[in-house]
Amino acid sequence: MNKIMFFAHLRDAAGEFINMEAAGKTVAQLKAEVAEKYSLQNIETVMTAINEEFAGNEEIIQDGDVIAFIPPVSGG
Amino acid sequence: MNFEISKEPINIQSVIDKVIQREAGAITTFIGTVRELTYGKKTLFLEYQAYEAMAVKKLEQIGREIEERWPGAKSAITHRVGRLDITDVAVVIAVSTPHRADAYDANRHAIERIKEIVPIWKKEHWEDGEEWIGNQKETLAYPGGKPEGKDLNE
Repeated sequence: MNKIMFFAHLRDAAGEFINMEAAGKTVAQLKAEVAEKYSLQNIETVMTAINEEFAGNEEIIQDGDVIAFIPPVSGG
Repeated sequence: MNFEISKEPINIQSVIDKVIQREAGAITTFIGTVRELTYGKKTLFLEYQAYEAMAVKKLEQIGREIEERWPGAKSAITHRVGRLDITDVAVVIAVSTPHRADAYDANRHAIERIKEIVPIWKKEHWEDGEEWIGNQKETLAYPGGKPEGKDLNE
């Protein structure tokens, strides 16, 4: 099982997090799937973190990984 | 804890105290505050949200970058989250170095990197609406889906 976390405008659309089976999928596949399910906007600008580190679109998700979708940041 | 996310107002002096060292000849302090007008549009208040665990890691990464690039530098950063009103302090960065030029440069590096790699977001609230702000530096075009090269490893 995987925890998928959302932030900023994605959180407003999809909630704080969901749990789903994502093992074996690439980051890009998961992103596309979740974006469609929750009608997420601007998903092409969203980065991804696996276990609190930035991950590329081709990385394969393992069971237990915590995934976070990271919209362009605006701190400071 | 030199790198923190805070739900409470930031005590500026406590951030500065973390970088005091006998080897230092300078401490620079950057204080980021909530601006009322952005391109003529009036902000009522802001809301900051963080992916706290990862944000702390990325602030620590910035601290390591500074130590590597400016030998002898010590840094501390606290970023606020939650609702902030106009003039409130959103972020405090303190850097101490043996010589002053490095303290300015390293401090500038820290704020620019915060705007690139630290997972913190702000929502602007206006009289006629609200919106999560992104793409401040227009660096969002990460073709691989993540920051590349120096953004990851520097």
